[in-house]
Amino acid sequence: MTEVVDTLREPWTFEFMQRALIVAVVIGVVSAVVGSFVILKGMAFIGDALPHASFGGVAIAFVLGANLQLGAAVAAILVALAIGFIGNRGTIRYDTAIGIMFIAGFALGLLVVSRQDGYVVDLFSFVFGNVLGVSWTDVWITVGLGGLVLAVVGLFYKELLFTAYDPSMAAASGLPVNAARYGLLILIAITVVIALQVMGIVLVLAMLVAPPATAQLLTRRLPAMMALGAVFGVVSAVVGLYAAWYADVSASASIVLTATALFALAFLFSPQNGLLRQAHKWEPDRSTEGAAGDA
Amino acid sequence: MSVETGQTPAVAVSHLRAGYNGNAALDDVTFTVEKGCLAGLVGPNGSGKSTLLQVIMGLKKPWSGEVEVSGRKVKVGHSSIGYAPQAELVDWSFPVTVLDVVIMGRYGKIGLVRRPGEVDREIALHSLERVNMAEFRERRVGELSGGQQRRVLIARALAQETDLLLLDEPLAGLDAAAQHDLLRLLEDLRKEDRTLFVATHDLSCVASDFDHAVLLNRRVVAFGRPKDVFTAELLSEAFERHLLVLPGGERTLVGP
Repeated sequence: MTEVVDTLREPWTFEFMQRALIVAVVIGVVSAVVGSFVILKGMAFIGDALPHASFGGVAIAFVLGANLQLGAAVAAILVALAIGFIGNRGTIRYDTAIGIMFIAGFALGLLVVSRQDGYVVDLFSFVFGNVLGVSWTDVWITVGLGGLVLAVVGLFYKELLFTAYDPSMAAASGLPVNAARYGLLILIAITVVIALQVMGIVLVLAMLVAPPATAQLLTRRLPAMMALGAVFGVVSAVVGLYAAWYADVSASASIVLTATALFALAFLFSPQNGLLRQAHKWEPDRSTEGAAGDA
Repeated sequence: MSVETGQTPAVAVSHLRAGYNGNAALDDVTFTVEKGCLAGLVGPNGSGKSTLLQVIMGLKKPWSGEVEVSGRKVKVGHSSIGYAPQAELVDWSFPVTVLDVVIMGRYGKIGLVRRPGEVDREIALHSLERVNMAEFRERRVGELSGGQQRRVLIARALAQETDLLLLDEPLAGLDAAAQHDLLRLLEDLRKEDRTLFVATHDLSCVASDFDHAVLLNRRVVAFGRPKDVFTAELLSEAFERHLLVLPGGERTLVGP
């Protein structure tokens, strides 16, 4: 028994693993809450675009010697607002606006990096993520920004929900629909930026999409979907870090694959929406209906 | 042609022009809807019905002309209008329950940041009872039938507690029994001195059950009592094809 406890405890006796755990848990929770809106509004492409676009900001901050995360944040928020602005005009579709802006941001990053000599380690930790290399400053920034995002979602839940669900009715009711729309884009941008350092540009999207999608299969209402999504996000983070510790594999990749595995389980076995349940519905249900006689 | 009651009309539209990207969807539209009446807005597809409703709600700025609701100019977001959109325009896959959706009708009155309270919940439940949907309150909206979805949207409009209700195609896709129930509800609401302005394709319902009809095809072809509006000539003019009008005692049937 104590062996099991020791095995479970061992990674967290190291401070860099404690830091990794705090950051990964915060990211798991915040990504699931914001990600619920992302998948319900079909905005996954934005979730993919903002991290790529932020690479431009990271690269410029690197050259200027500024804080890389700050550079990522500025770039992600600017691109989010530009996407919202161009998409709102109505003449160009949202996904087109996203496609233009995100490649531009990423290309800017490549352009800047191509002027640098040699392999720029700090920059590439943003591309692939480096959960084991976060500092205490990173931890506090993550906790602070993550708390801020959750507080804003909590305060303006009503406005975000109504705008996401039925924007024209929300506007007619006098809700600040545009503020809610841009606000959501900024929340996504901040979430992406705090997740970047751990997950890396390429894998950030998974945390925004997989845990809330898993929760959607198992819940009926948005608050429950957010809460359960947060649980899946945290479970993925913890399992992923154990895998990284004991199997010596990439932490961010393990976190993503855990989240994907949870999704696959829910997709197959969800009581209401699962693939097996739906296959099952076709045959035996009909016969029991007749037998029970009260359906 | 308008029926003079001396009252301020619920909706007064004069010389309204509006459209999209330089194409006029509405041209010199003028009509009034008197308070406390059940008025139908009819016209072929693309005749500007939805655009007109959007302008009345203040969601769309007109190019020119005036729209007054209860004697006051409409302003975006300060609307005292209950609205039920076309069911096809609503995202039914969203993880919200029937009660969640109806409570959204209260959101405009609650104010920023604040949450709906017990009173809002009660008003929403009462609105659901009026459309016979109270027992479905905990259902996810995606699990409802088309007729039930329409009733939920009307309940949400009722929860807004306004004197004027704009309903966009509430009768579409309902079977005869559901249509009958809905018409009875509309009549009850009118008896409470509410004004209902209903966009619909169902000419026969308007002909037999409504007080007023506005016949629209980019411009107002006619408005007034249905029996004056639904003449063979005016209908043919609006629909740009020949429609058959069968006046028969209680019910007037209109069809191609």
